[in-house]
Amino acid sequence: MSSSVRSTVFFIGAAGLAVFLLWGLAGLPDFGNFRGDYGLLLNRVGVEQTSATNIVAAVTFDYRGFDTMAEEFILFAAVLGTALLLRAQREEEEEPAEDMAQDRRPPHDSDAVRELCLGLVAPAVLFGLYVVAHGHLSPGGGFQGGVVLATAPLLMYLAGEYAGLRTLSPRTVVELAEGTGAAGYVGVGLVGLAASVSFMKNFLPLGRPGDLLSSGTILVLNFAVGFAVAAGFVLLLTEFLEQTLEVRRRSRA
Amino acid sequence: MNFLPYAVAAYLLVIGLYGIVTSRNLIHMVVCLSVVQSSTYVVLLSIGFRSNATAPIFVDIPVGTRAVDPIVQALTSTDVVIGVTVSALLLALAVQVHKRSRTLDPNSLSSLKG
Amino acid sequence: MEDLAALGVAIPLVTAALLSGAAVFLPRRAIEIVSIAAAAVTSACCLLLLMDASESPLVYWFGGWVPRDGVAVGIAFVVDPMGAALAAFSGVLVTAALLYSWRFFDAVGALYHSLMLVFLSGIVGLCFSGDLFNMFVFLGVLSVAAFALTGYKIEEAGPLQGAMNFALTNSIGAFLLLWGIALLYGRTGALNLAQMGESLGTRPDALVMAAFALVVAGFFIKAAIVPFHFWLADAFATAPLPVCILLGGVVSELGLYGVARVYWTVFEGPLSSVASELRTILLVAAATTAVVGAVMSFAQHHLQRMLAFSVIAHAGLFLVGLATLTPAGLSGAAVYMLADGLVKASLFMCVGILQHRLGGVDEYHLRGRGRRFVATAALFVVGALALAGLPPFGTYVGKALIEEEAKLLGLAWVTPLFVLVSALTGGALLRAAGRVFMGWGPPIEHADEVSQAEGEEQEAETVAGRERTPAVMFVPALLLGAAAFALPFVPGLLAGSEAAAEAFTDRTAYVEEVLAGEFRRIPAAPAHAGPKSEELVPGFLSVAGALGLAAFTLGSNRLPSRWRRAIWNSAGRIVVGLRNLHSGHPGDYIAWLTFGVALLGGAFGVALR
Repeated sequence: MSSSVRSTVFFIGAAGLAVFLLWGLAGLPDFGNFRGDYGLLLNRVGVEQTSATNIVAAVTFDYRGFDTMAEEFILFAAVLGTALLLRAQREEEEEPAEDMAQDRRPPHDSDAVRELCLGLVAPAVLFGLYVVAHGHLSPGGGFQGGVVLATAPLLMYLAGEYAGLRTLSPRTVVELAEGTGAAGYVGVGLVGLAASVSFMKNFLPLGRPGDLLSSGTILVLNFAVGFAVAAGFVLLLTEFLEQTLEVRRRSRA
Repeated sequence: MNFLPYAVAAYLLVIGLYGIVTSRNLIHMVVCLSVVQSSTYVVLLSIGFRSNATAPIFVDIPVGTRAVDPIVQALTSTDVVIGVTVSALLLALAVQVHKRSRTLDPNSLSSLKG
Repeated sequence: MEDLAALGVAIPLVTAALLSGAAVFLPRRAIEIVSIAAAAVTSACCLLLLMDASESPLVYWFGGWVPRDGVAVGIAFVVDPMGAALAAFSGVLVTAALLYSWRFFDAVGALYHSLMLVFLSGIVGLCFSGDLFNMFVFLGVLSVAAFALTGYKIEEAGPLQGAMNFALTNSIGAFLLLWGIALLYGRTGALNLAQMGESLGTRPDALVMAAFALVVAGFFIKAAIVPFHFWLADAFATAPLPVCILLGGVVSELGLYGVARVYWTVFEGPLSSVASELRTILLVAAATTAVVGAVMSFAQHHLQRMLAFSVIAHAGLFLVGLATLTPAGLSGAAVYMLADGLVKASLFMCVGILQHRLGGVDEYHLRGRGRRFVATAALFVVGALALAGLPPFGTYVGKALIEEEAKLLGLAWVTPLFVLVSALTGGALLRAAGRVFMGWGPPIEHADEVSQAEGEEQEAETVAGRERTPAVMFVPALLLGAAAFALPFVPGLLAGSEAAAEAFTDRTAYVEEVLAGEFRRIPAAPAHAGPKSEELVPGFLSVAGALGLAAFTLGSNRLPSRWRRAIWNSAGRIVVGLRNLHSGHPGDYIAWLTFGVALLGGAFGVALR
């Protein structure tokens, strides 16, 4: 279709869509007045039933932990998919990243960028681990903390240390970590199945709300997810960087 | 005022779709998809909001304090992960398309006609 | 026994995770054996669940969180016979596809196998789930795996674009579904299907209709109903054959299953008052899909794309069965989906054999080159006839049951529609068979619309072993085709399907089972006599039509040129116009998608009046 026909079809559709969305949205309870029995119930009993003070984490990893397992595997499939899609093709090969301009003076590197980025690597890792570990107590958790952890290698790349990045996170180790994290999540569920009544049952001792070591499997799952997410994002990052920096057409020589 | 968040969500959905339909660059298309996705965040979180309520974190406040709905927040965080993963896949595809066809313009990609 | 429901999802997932982690250390043979074993075990679990659920449905609450005061606190799997049957069927197809790709498929480490297993777990999860957001998440699981698998052949531009169109349209579909879930949550405060159904009341209003339109649109995109269908042809035309086996056999059915499940558990309460308007809207969508798919299928000469459009056409026919909104129609649709899925899978495998041996899937390109492949040719022709609805194949039985129910509802046009669509889709394949295996029909110079690019040889997706057709490719194809033939003769299948459909459409029983834990036994339906013998007439008519169309197009250069020009001026123009709409441009597809959603919403809004 020509772009004007396309736009016309779209505008008619968009107008209709907007009208019926707004008409449907008008049937919602007033903004700020949500009743929602499910949420109200969990806010009331969540701390007592799971010892987690962050009810959102209790919902994500305990009450609806099964959803989170599936979501974890969406991430897993996407990382695998990206690795599949960005693999070196038959007519390409991977060469180690090398400085193509060794005989010329490098462009003026900003020392500030380099030092700031390198300086932030350790705090990023520490902060990421903190967010993962405290997910059941305060805002945060496996997903958020895992992403913060994954920024550490990105900072290294920004500082110009791509080679160092590749050495510190070899492909096999990261893939193993990702697979282990994902498998670990299912493993916790299976143990729940074997140990007691149900898949994904919170079978570890719950502890006292507010303690770091509390809320049973929620803590363990936070770590499994943090592990898998961090490894997954590092893999994604390295895939894209590899594609840009390392994969070259096979030379005709 | 009461209807504004919902209207914003509907607007984001429509404008994101507009971006995708009229896009001339595959990367731009992927970003517009994330705009469409953000409309789902806004609608979910707006639905769960309660006025004069705090976050559902009961570390330093007693259980039973008026708090917003925790379910939609969990749903939104799941949604964010799904969106990120789909964007990653689409961007990987865009990279490969560029390598094959030397262009990112959807108008010039035509191996699938008919 | 109920634990099997959890295992049905957990086994493929944990195997996929372990395989991908350990892939470096394992030889290819080990990876293949492990993945086939995992798929087979999952299928076995689903079959066991099917047998158990046929007596009374199973409800499994994850994490042990049972409902409290009528509020569902956790996520439930509700295993009923329909869902279990679909899950088991998908498991069998995944096992067959993995077997089919044994040794010869150009696999990359364990990535392919892991993704196939994740795909399977997504399907099983979707079929069993009793929670709408959980359905959404599992839909995402199977979609993401499918996107990655579709773009497998990264060396050609076609698969990449196909995967992009697939990912783009299906993601938007998922977000529309999520919008619907948000609206429903806003009204009911629940995510559990049974609880939502309880809280929606009995009269529809704007929000319920809007939510229904959005949810249906989301699932229709997956099921490839017009005008949301454009992505499917692109994805199938370019995905590797083992992936096509799955996409063709299962994905459409899953979309329609989603619609049926959500309607019968959540929306039946409020929407039963507008059932006849609803029926009309769904039937219009179904008929349009069936006709567009059939016409486009006939106009293709790329075998994979031809099969893709026939998948779309038949999805329209399945929807006709569902749109009757009765248990009998649902039962007919289920039998038809099962048989049709088996036949399609078998046909895709035959196309794969041609790809493997001859290096191409274009009808003109392969003209006459298939003369030596007697066994594959026979299987292909039988498959094409089955697709056209040859009695006593399962496809015939399913179609006949739907046609009977439609007649009961006074919809006289359904039978002619089925005859036309089956004749076109079957005829396309028979024509292709004639051309490829016998060398009949005019050669490429006389075909007007063939573009240069479409005649190119496809990049091979298999390695080695080109001299003979491998048994791992032929045997699964044969077995699947034979299963489609044997299906109606399985004792108790038709009766069981009726009973399952009755249970599926019984909302009050569902709510009691899920929320209150009170189970009812599914009453065994009396032995089913099969479709009435008067249905044999349209059955044979479709087959005759298919043969006639194939013969007509193969022999078209013998017609006087006056006739040829007349046909070209009338039918040919429409077909070319239709083909130009399928441009491959993602912007076009999304424009039509938006238009379709608005149309659906508008239609439902009018129904409210």
